[in-house]
Amino acid sequence: MSTQQPVVAPTEGDTVWTEQISFIDRVPRSLSMLFVFAVFVILWQLATVSGLVSPIILPTPGETLQDLIFVGHNLITGGYMLPALWITIKEVIYGFALAIAIGFSLGVLVGETGFGERAIMPYLVAIDTMPKVAFAPLFIAWLGFGIASKVALAAFIATFPIVVGTAAGLHAADENARMLFKTMGASRLQTLVKMKLPHALPQIFTGLKIGAVGVMAGAITGEFLGGGKGFGELIRVAASQLDTPRVFSLILYLSLLGLALFVLVSFAQRRIVFWRKERVLADHE
Amino acid sequence: MTGSVALEMRPPLTGRPVYELAHVGKTYARNQVTALQDVSLVLNKGSFSAVIGSSGCGKSTLLKIMAGLIPPSTGRVVLQGEPVIGARRDIGMMFQQATLFPWRTALENVVLPIEIRDGRAAAMAARERARELFEVVGLKGFEDVYPGELSGGMAQRTSICRMLITEPAVLLLDEPFSALDELSRDFMNMELQRICTERDATAFLVTHSIPEAVILSDVVYVMKPRPGRIAEAVTIDLPRPRTLDMITTPKFGGLVDRIRGLLDREAFL
Ligand SMILES: Nc1ncnc2c1ncn2[C@@H]1O[C@H](COP(=O)(O)OP(=O)(O)OP(=O)(O)O)[C@@H](O)[C@H]1O
Ligand SMILES: [Mg+2]
Repeated sequence: MSTQQPVVAPTEGDTVWTEQISFIDRVPRSLSMLFVFAVFVILWQLATVSGLVSPIILPTPGETLQDLIFVGHNLITGGYMLPALWITIKEVIYGFALAIAIGFSLGVLVGETGFGERAIMPYLVAIDTMPKVAFAPLFIAWLGFGIASKVALAAFIATFPIVVGTAAGLHAADENARMLFKTMGASRLQTLVKMKLPHALPQIFTGLKIGAVGVMAGAITGEFLGGGKGFGELIRVAASQLDTPRVFSLILYLSLLGLALFVLVSFAQRRIVFWRKERVLADHE
Repeated sequence: MTGSVALEMRPPLTGRPVYELAHVGKTYARNQVTALQDVSLVLNKGSFSAVIGSSGCGKSTLLKIMAGLIPPSTGRVVLQGEPVIGARRDIGMMFQQATLFPWRTALENVVLPIEIRDGRAAAMAARERARELFEVVGLKGFEDVYPGELSGGMAQRTSICRMLITEPAVLLLDEPFSALDELSRDFMNMELQRICTERDATAFLVTHSIPEAVILSDVVYVMKPRPGRIAEAVTIDLPRPRTLDMITTPKFGGLVDRIRGLLDREAFL
């Protein structure tokens, strides 16, 4: 079979139809992000210098930067803000650890047993629909104004997404995988450990990420409502003194803490769920 | 069909019975669907049988009952002299999807049945045997690759290895190659034949493809739906080993036509 098609050689001056890449795709991601940031700061600056917004409500970018440096310096040199940050970090870590322990155990109970699914899950769903910060006064009444009430609230908020992620993830394995394990004569524990849990990991990590966000919200809400000596208290005091630049910079440092926790969970996910490539900050590309 | 048994043919119709199904019926409790009714068949040692029938006629149900995955509502299943009640060590199963676990390398997937049954140490010891199997199915060099990097055909070959690692006496195959393209499928079918012959394994294949059923089988069971039952057992007396060339022979064509006729008739009943 030698029915070769004659090949037309491209001659000089031929128009070649090339693939067009849109402008935004050619710009590096970091540059586009920087651009948005710059526009934001310029608008902010304009809003403040034009007198459109009172400086008590909105400080200028310059003032905020100054205060950011001040707070940063205070933290690095071990000033009075460092112990406050440390208290909040402790609340977040304890709260998250507690939420993981309880959330995972409950998730396995609910996802693995018929009893859990039928008898416990409805209650969890019901509690999950409640505005959970509303429980804060209760936790403070039970556990006092110390770190315990904040840990409890943080854990309380973060537990549910972990339960839901774990329970839903345990159902992620397909029918064939289940049948295969049955034909191999696997015990219930083997099926759980070697098949269902690994299948559940992506969803467990989704729950952990939502929980990581919730745990920060819980700790700070607890500090707002229950006093103490944490970072939330610093914010509350600064706000009551109308020191808005301070409030802004404290919120920024707090966001960094939240971001760090989130990124930590994302990195753990990439290491543990290595067979699924997920980006650290963008879950969908 | 009382075709003469050619000399080259293995004695599948004369070997000792391995699987015996007597009056097996299944009505799913959930929806009261009668998926199977009064299915009786005997599979002899070293035989290759296929079951063919329209979608939803109960083929997978039959296979699951044979594998001890679900209980029959009526009748009994006996494998190697012992009634099948629950999963059995002497059964190997394969599905339409390869169902490899992405967190395990190909080799770790293959030794999984051993790990489940006899523990980690036994699985480690079985690695050498697994490597040999990789060679048998032409996957040498892919032992330490994760399933995400395997093609569909390679994944199915890996799952063949996983099925064979426990050296099962019977192979239950539920459309194992139907997700593959035609070329790989033909190739895999010939491989399957070779493996079965080598090990004198008894195989039971669910398929939707008449030529596939004919080229591989000693007996093709034609099923009718609602309720699922075996309408006819067609003996395939083509000589062994079967080759792809046989597909063009008049005898092969005749058998395919005959089975197609049985299936067509069923479609209008
Ligand atoms: N777990 C189940 N519960 C209830 N009914 C079921 C169940 N599994 C199958 N059925 C019903 O039993 C009948 C036979 O199903 P089965 O899966 O055995 O068909 P099949 O021949 O394998 O079909 P296909 O060729 O599409 O794979 C169908 O009507 C189906 O709806
Ligand atoms: Mg089926």
